[in-house]
Amino acid sequence: MQELVELLAKSLVDQTEAVRVDKTETANSILLEITVAPDEIGKIIGRQGRIIKAIRTLVRSCAPPDKKVAVELAEE
Amino acid sequence: MRSVEMVARTKEEALELALKELQTEEDQVDVEVLEESSSKGLLGLINVNKVRIRVTMKEDLSQKAARLLREILVNMGISAQVEVFKRDDHITLNITGEDLGRIIGRRGQTLNSLQYLLNLAVNKGRAEKERIIVDVAGYRKKKEESLKKLALRSADRVKRYGKKEILYPMSPYERRIIHLALQNNDEIMTYSEGEEPYRRVIISPQK
Repeated sequence: MQELVELLAKSLVDQTEAVRVDKTETANSILLEITVAPDEIGKIIGRQGRIIKAIRTLVRSCAPPDKKVAVELAEE
Repeated sequence: MRSVEMVARTKEEALELALKELQTEEDQVDVEVLEESSSKGLLGLINVNKVRIRVTMKEDLSQKAARLLREILVNMGISAQVEVFKRDDHITLNITGEDLGRIIGRRGQTLNSLQYLLNLAVNKGRAEKERIIVDVAGYRKKKEESLKKLALRSADRVKRYGKKEILYPMSPYERRIIHLALQNNDEIMTYSEGEEPYRRVIISPQK
C-alpha cells in the first residue's frame, strides 16, 4: 500500500525526488503520510480534494479488512 | 524501451543505420550523440570521423499508459493483464484476469478513481490531453446497458405517475448515458443537480 501511494504520488508530480510516503501502523489502523514539494501539493489534493479522494479509494480497495487506512498529506 | 547504439562516420549515416535496425522512422525516435571525434587517418591522408549515437524509440502514449496501469495493479496486489486499444479520440485499456471485482469496487468507484488518476498521470504536462478509458473485462459496456435500462424504467414510472425521480449519484460519463438515452422522449425531461461527486440525474415530467 505504501508503494502504491508512492507510485501514484510520483506519477502525478514533476519533482518525483521530493516524494516520500511514511507509514505509521497501530493494531487497528494504518496511517500513510505523503510528503511532496510544497508547490506541488495541489497536484496531490486536486480541486475539492478530488485527487486525494481517488487515491484513498484505490488504497482502501487493497487495505486489510481488519484495519482502517488513512491517507493524509504530511504537515510540515 | 528499445534503443540501439550506432557508430558511423557521420551522424546522418549512423541514424540511418539505427533506423534500419529498429525498423522505424525518424519521428519515432530520440537521438543522443554520445561521442564525436575526428582524427587523422593512416598516413595523414584522410580524416577519419567517428560519431557514436544512441537512438531510442519514443514511447507511445498508449504504451506509457498501459505500463503505468500494470505497475499500479501490481502494487495493488492484483495479477491481471492489460490490453491496449487505440481509437481515434481515446485509448481504451482493458484489464483481464482474476480478482477483478476488487478493481471495479462499489458501483465502479475504484475503477473510476483508477481511470481518473491514470488520465492525470499520463497527460501530465501535455497541452493536448488524450482520453484514457480503463475497462475491466467489458464491465463499462455492460454498465452502459444497465444504465440505459435504468433510465427507461425510471422514465416509464415518471410518465405513469407524473412524479419526478432522482437517481443515485453518478459520474459525468454515467449521467451522460442517462441523458442521451432519454433525450428523444417528449413526455419527460432530464437534468442534473448537486455537486460532484454526488451529482444526480433527475427525471421529471415535461411541463
